[in-house]
Order: sequence, then structure tokens, then C-alpha cells
Amino acid sequence: MSVVRADIRPTRRRPEPARRATVVEVERATVVEVDGATAVVGGRTVWSGVDATVAAGEFVAVLGPNGAGKSTLLKAVLGLIPVAGGAIRLLGRPPGQANHAVGYLPQRRSFDTSLRVRGVDVVRLGLDGDRWGIPLPGRRSRAAAARVRELVELVGAGRYADRPIGQLSGGEQQRLLIAQALARRPELLLLDEPLDSLDLPNQAAVAALLSRICRAEGVAAVIVAHDVNPILPYLDRVIYLGHGGAASGTPAQVINSGTLTRLYGTPVEVLSTSDGRLVVVGQPEAPAHHGGRHDRHAA
Amino acid sequence: MTGTFTWNLIGDLQDMWSLPFMLNAFRAGTVVALLAAPAGWFMVLRRQSFAGHTLALVGFPGAAAAVWLGLGVATGYVSFCVIAALVIAALPAGTRGGYSEQSAVIGTVQAFALASGMLFVALYKGFLNGTNALLFGSFLGITAGQVTTLAVLAAVALAVLAAVGRPLLFASIDADVAQAHGVPVRALGTVFLVLLGVAVAEVGQITGVLLVFALLVLPPATAQVLVARPVASLALSVVLALVTVWVALFVAYYSPYPIGFWLTTVAFGLYALAQAATAVRGRLAVRGRLAVAGG
Repeated sequence: MSVVRADIRPTRRRPEPARRATVVEVERATVVEVDGATAVVGGRTVWSGVDATVAAGEFVAVLGPNGAGKSTLLKAVLGLIPVAGGAIRLLGRPPGQANHAVGYLPQRRSFDTSLRVRGVDVVRLGLDGDRWGIPLPGRRSRAAAARVRELVELVGAGRYADRPIGQLSGGEQQRLLIAQALARRPELLLLDEPLDSLDLPNQAAVAALLSRICRAEGVAAVIVAHDVNPILPYLDRVIYLGHGGAASGTPAQVINSGTLTRLYGTPVEVLSTSDGRLVVVGQPEAPAHHGGRHDRHAA
Repeated sequence: MTGTFTWNLIGDLQDMWSLPFMLNAFRAGTVVALLAAPAGWFMVLRRQSFAGHTLALVGFPGAAAAVWLGLGVATGYVSFCVIAALVIAALPAGTRGGYSEQSAVIGTVQAFALASGMLFVALYKGFLNGTNALLFGSFLGITAGQVTTLAVLAAVALAVLAAVGRPLLFASIDADVAQAHGVPVRALGTVFLVLLGVAVAEVGQITGVLLVFALLVLPPATAQVLVARPVASLALSVVLALVTVWVALFVAYYSPYPIGFWLTTVAFGLYALAQAATAVRGRLAVRGRLAVAGG
């Protein structure tokens, strides 16, 4: 049993993000549309009948217990995993056809300490790493280098971006990877556990950084999270994947006793304190539990 | 070898190059170094040294079989290494490109390759003197024709490597993101293994199959210790590989000991120096910080 205290202030409105597009949209365009989608990985149905939408500029969390298929959802949106049923549309196109407009940060990869490639090189790969050939000096190369500097400043990594990335701390690496994901000015960021294995101050700092960047650049963000607390203040929408199904809506709509009890299959109570904060009681999985993830690093 | 060493190094080189086999050895060594360094650089980055070593060992039965069948050593090396590269690429992808899950499979292949090599050597009677050269390298008897073959093959391999260089770097460092960016990660892995097979086949002809790492791993590893900038690191590894080959050939000309030993010794010496220099630099940096903090 564990208690999660969630800072949800339903009355709070997010300021409208500055859109790059010159046309002022009356209604926010839909970036991601998941319609009754089913994912099957290795013969096992990970989730089915998932409905969700992400609108331009929204800050969305994908929550749920281990093994609920949170990462699978991001991969399905990118077209890295086909959906077995239903449909997913990314910027109005089938998955995999609009990835140039997406910044993707997969589940935490800690670079090996012996990896002798600088942080700026890793950021640069996000910009033109898919281009054939080798980078030659010239106008395009100078423009790319300038963009990389801009990105490094945006995430506040100027002090250490020229050091080998393997020697940087987890938080420093994560900032550079966020810069990499932003390199091509995406309309959507897909972030898989960006706060995992960061210490608490870094979790709060990176969450605030993400929210600030998304507003400044007008980027929608879908964040897979183990622990909802650091990002809760910034959330517009929650997609909850549980073993019993899925739910999507505003934090207040999803994080309530009825929905969570159905998703977890065990009684869960959500209490509201007098100052509007939510307390989730009876969530079967402690948010600090990271079992399994570190086995992968050890391998 | 028996030359007379003088301190006039240029004179010594001219001396050596007046002998056609030495000139060919320098040409072949230069070509091999030019290909081995970039291929090895990516191999070290991708942690595929074990796969690289397996390719080298597969070259042994290849070369032995080719000699037995009268096809020429180079043909045997290249065909066996490229086929082995395709086989390794067809194995289900291991964890993060490290092929650690396949270590048992690859180890089995290595043992079998060495055993088959010995069988082919036994089948070709009177070839036993050549076994040593196949395993530990030789620079004698390289013909101008062989140099041309090595050069053409290396040029093609380098051209392909240049064409796929940047996406390959991306896929090597960050396969998941590269794939999301539309980089054909799996196909690039196969292309790289074939390139590595070609490089190994070329290097093996100079260093012998057991010592390919002298040129394939040591110069790139040394460069990566010294420089973190990919392009500079690649260039430095080429320079180090060239230095290794030239110094080793130079010394081997005057010494009775095999070329493979000298190649490995020079490359290892450079690596040890680089590590020592980095350690000293780190120590000085710490002391500098302490002095600043103390002062």
C-alpha cells in the first residue's frame, strides 16, 4: 500500500502556448489520435481498446503500473510497433509517416562511461544524424552547429556539453537528450520515463524545464511516467493504462476512485484535501518501485 | 630480416624500397591501415570486437582452404569473412548491438573455424610453414597484384563507409532514436558487418588472423582515449594505424622477429602512452582545481 499525494489544482489554466504557425487556430489541432487501438507484443495483448487524443501544445502523461504497455504506446505512435487493432493517427497520418515532426526520447539509456563522444555530437545527431554521408564543412554544417549551440543553451547544458557524454551525470545526460529530441523543432515530444533514475531535485528541475520548453516552443509532450508527482503541476491530460483497461481525460477525470479502482482491479480511493490537492490511497504499486529496469542496465 | 641500419632513416627507407617485396609490404600495409582504422573505430564504438575477432578466425580456414584448392589466400580470406559477416548479421539481434547473447554461438563458431583451418592445412601437405604466417602475419611475398586487389577492395569499402557514416554513427550510439528518425538500423548493422568482414580479411593478410586487433582495435581505441570529437577521433585513428604499420615494417626489416609482434607492440605502446597521458592530465587537472580551491 502506498499513498500518493497529487497536486492537482483544477482551476488552474495553462497559458496559451505561442504557436509557430502563422494561422491562429480557433480549435487546437489534434496531434495524436488513438482510436480503439490494440497492441500485441510477443503474442501477448499488452493493451486493447485504448482511446486517447493529444492536442497541439498539450502536456500529457501516460501513467500506469509496470508492464501496462506505456512504452509500447509511444512506440506504436511512432510506428515502431504495429497496432493489432484499431487505429493510431499521428499528425493526421498513419504511424511512421510523420516521425520527422516528432522528438523521441526512449526509456532511459545511460551511456556507457567509456563512450567517448561529446554531448554536442549526440545533440547534433538528433538534427541531421539520419542524413547519408559524412558531415562536410560548409554553410549547412555551420547552421547545424549554431542550432546545436542554441539547443544546448535552451536546456542549460552549456557548461558540460563539450565533455564526453559517458562521463556526465544522469541529469546532465537527460538534458542533452531532451535537446537532441528538440533538434528538428518537432510538433510533438514523446518522452519515455524522462525522470527515471534522476534524484529528486533533478526530477523537479527536468520536469519544469520540459514544461517551460513545451510552452515556449509550442510543442505537445507525451510523457510516460512512473511517478506522477513531479509532472502533475504541469499536466493538461492523463492517459492511464492499467491491466484492466485504459482511461484518458483531464487529471481530475482520471485520477478518481471509480476509474482507478476499475483500472487496478483493487479498491483505490482518491481523497481531496481542503486546498484542492488529491491523495491517492491504495495504489497497489509504490511509485518508487523500479524493479526490472536496472536488470537491463546490468546486462 | 637482414638490412644494415643507419641513423639516416630516409636512406634506410630508400634502401628498403629498392627491394620490390618491401615496397609492396609498405603499400599493402598503408592500404590496410587506411581501411582498418575507420572500420575498427566503428567496431570499438559498437562494441562488436567479439564479432570482429570471430570474423578474423573464420578467415583462417578460408585462407587455408583457398591455398589447398589453389585459389589464392586473398580470395579465401575475403569470401569466408564476408559470408561469416552475413551469418552473424542474420543471427537474432543481441542486446544493444553488443552480441553478448550470441557469445556462446559465436564462441562455438570460433572454435570450429580454427579446427577446420587446421584440417585444411593438414589436407594441403607441405603448407605447414605457412600456418605461422596465416596465424601471426607475414609481410613477405606480397605481389603488386595483391596490392592492387587490396587497394581496390579498400577503396570500395571506404566509399561505402563514407556513404553510411553519419547514420551508422547515429545507429551505433542511439539505435532507438535513430530508428525513430527513419534510419534503417538493422540494414546498417548488416552493411557494417560486411564492411568489417572485408576490413578483417585485409588486415588478416598482414597481421595474421590472431593479431588483427593490432590494427583494428588498438589505434581506434587509442584515438578514442585521446579525442572525443568523432571526426577528429576517426582521423587520429587513421594516423595512428599508419604510424603503427610503418614503424612495425621498418623495425621488422632489421629484426629477426615476426611482423605481427612488432605491429602489436607498436600499437600497444601507443595505447599505453595515451592512457598514461590521460591519467597524468586528469591528475594535473585535479591538482589544479585543488590549488585554486586552496589558494
